[in-house]
Amino acid sequence: MSETTDDAAAPLADVAPGEVLLEVKDLKKHFPLTQGIVFKRTVGHVRAVDGVNLTLRRGETMGLVGESGCGKSTVSKMLVALEKPTGGQILYKGRDVAKMGGRALKQYRREVQIIFQDPYASLNPRMTVGDIVAEGWSVHADIAPRKGRLQRTQELMERVGLNPDFVNRYPHQFSGGQRQRIGIARALALQPEIIVCDEPVSALDVSVQAQVVNLLEDLQDDFGLSYLFIAHDLSVVRHISDRVAVMYLGSVVEEGTDAEVYNSASHPYTQALLSSVPVHEPHLRGLKERILLQGDVPSPANPPSGCRFRTRCWKAQDICATEAPALVDRGQGHPSACHFAEARTVIAVED
Amino acid sequence: MSTASTSAPSGPVRPGTGPVLEVDDLHVQFRTESGLVRAVNGVSYTVSAGETLAILGESGSGKSVSAQAIMGILDMPPAEITGGRIMFEGRDLLTESPEEQRKVRGPGISMIFQDALSSLNPVYSVGFQIGEMFRAHQGMSRKDAKKRAVELMDRVRIPAAAQRVNDFPHQFSGGMRQRVMIAMAIALDPRILIADEPTTALDVTVQAQVMDLLKDLQRDTGMGLVLITHDLGVVNEVADNVAVMYAGRIVERGTVDDVFSNPAHPYTEGLMSSIPQVEAKGGRLQPIGGQPPNLASIPSGCPFHPRCPKRRTGADALPGRHCAEDVPPLRLVVPGREAACHYSEEVLGV
Repeated sequence: MSETTDDAAAPLADVAPGEVLLEVKDLKKHFPLTQGIVFKRTVGHVRAVDGVNLTLRRGETMGLVGESGCGKSTVSKMLVALEKPTGGQILYKGRDVAKMGGRALKQYRREVQIIFQDPYASLNPRMTVGDIVAEGWSVHADIAPRKGRLQRTQELMERVGLNPDFVNRYPHQFSGGQRQRIGIARALALQPEIIVCDEPVSALDVSVQAQVVNLLEDLQDDFGLSYLFIAHDLSVVRHISDRVAVMYLGSVVEEGTDAEVYNSASHPYTQALLSSVPVHEPHLRGLKERILLQGDVPSPANPPSGCRFRTRCWKAQDICATEAPALVDRGQGHPSACHFAEARTVIAVED
Repeated sequence: MSTASTSAPSGPVRPGTGPVLEVDDLHVQFRTESGLVRAVNGVSYTVSAGETLAILGESGSGKSVSAQAIMGILDMPPAEITGGRIMFEGRDLLTESPEEQRKVRGPGISMIFQDALSSLNPVYSVGFQIGEMFRAHQGMSRKDAKKRAVELMDRVRIPAAAQRVNDFPHQFSGGMRQRVMIAMAIALDPRILIADEPTTALDVTVQAQVMDLLKDLQRDTGMGLVLITHDLGVVNEVADNVAVMYAGRIVERGTVDDVFSNPAHPYTEGLMSSIPQVEAKGGRLQPIGGQPPNLASIPSGCPFHPRCPKRRTGADALPGRHCAEDVPPLRLVVPGREAACHYSEEVLGV
């Protein structure tokens, strides 16, 4: 922090609704692989995130989908500054987060909050709900004056659908869905601009899932929040997102509005992913084209050359092994990282 | 429906095949420090050869416990089977000696679990573990058993089976581990395979591969498949019939097409509308209010009534059909469909 200049610490400017709030440019995170116990030698890198570009506008929900190990959670951790990027930039309100310092960085940390997947592991079992929700205020004291904190906590609990009388209870006294609400209240307490939702409903039962999704939508309307919504459940992502990015092995392979990605998927991986999702409406069964991928996701420590999906792709040709396809629009109306991108309706519905 | 009788469930059975497995009025409870937990309260179902029965329910609905009771792998105590029969090919497993039960279950009924890594022994090679089935039940030599293990690994489409037979579970990916589990489960050509959330821990593309494999194996062997899951999509794509469980009871049963297109129980209806519909983007989801019940204190009357939007508890309740007082029995509502709701006809709209 010694080189923190006044410029780096200057407060962040406001952004109007619909304008770009957060921009991620060529974001990379490589974790070293080491060998040996005493003398650790780096023998390689796990390329967990390898060149991700995203933009998030104010008031919008960006969905990020992908299978386990594709790097979506690592992206979320870098966004809330829990991991330091190996390369690339995160621009928030037009300023590079890596170059922020002092008050600006503090403001960034307050304005970008996160909700985690596992509501059992992400709440301290020894703290009461009231303490959990109010904890952020001990750092960001200016948000809530010390005097009114209890009342403010109870208001927040009420807002997320928890009984405010339970302020002195402990997390284990709540069910999974209620715990997730505690996590949401904790994020809201700091009046964030962005909430990174890292699989917020994956651990919940179907009937409770819908309650939490509705709550997130209501809060967005009320507070003008922007969400980066990370999930592997494609139907939930479709429901809540304005735009969707599909990740595979550390990079984004396709991006577009929800209708573009879901109705005219142009990357083979997106098509396979959509075709694998079981539909729950009997009349739609069998209407969907089935694309069964062969094999497993390759290891991110040793990703394939060129296009990373080529080892499982039915369209792969020689060029795919030598040249990594850029994420650009190839005439489908939205960007897709495939040399042979071709729009295809996988789900035969939408009328 | 030809098999309908007073005690046996009259659920939809494929014509021409008798049930292989019959669960009749099963009750399981757990004695815990915080009181008596009634996990399964009178569950009945039948599975015929070649049939896929899905047991659909949320966490704590008793779907796994009922399967564990069939397999005899409940920890007793604290668990206790307090009533009911489990008939396999005409024999009641619960009245047999443990020795006999093992002889019947080993080759007859097998089970796969959600978490394949913790279900496999980390210190034995997968080939040894698959071969154990043949050594234990058929007295096969180690060498022959390993040969059979390679064949089975081929059959569940594990690539390079001959090289991988000596690998350990941690060297396989999640999907491959689940295939190893499936190989063990089908080793002795069981008549019934119980799959307890077999794909919940897997990614969707791998889930599609594994479900595909299970369907192919079922087509080849004609085994009955009991698929325990909370995923409505998987049920719709794979199962013939479905039993929906809530608070340890079956609340609705019928063919998947019928139940999913027009639910007869408000809980099933609520589940269907909790899921984002492909067609109705932008609209609000219609969740079921409240929280799933605590099995140590199941609500009186219909266990779903505190969350039910269609409950009748006041003056508008018909005599003997008061949702907060009278437990609704699982009854035939329309041919081929049973539901445990006092007002199923209204829910169905018939």
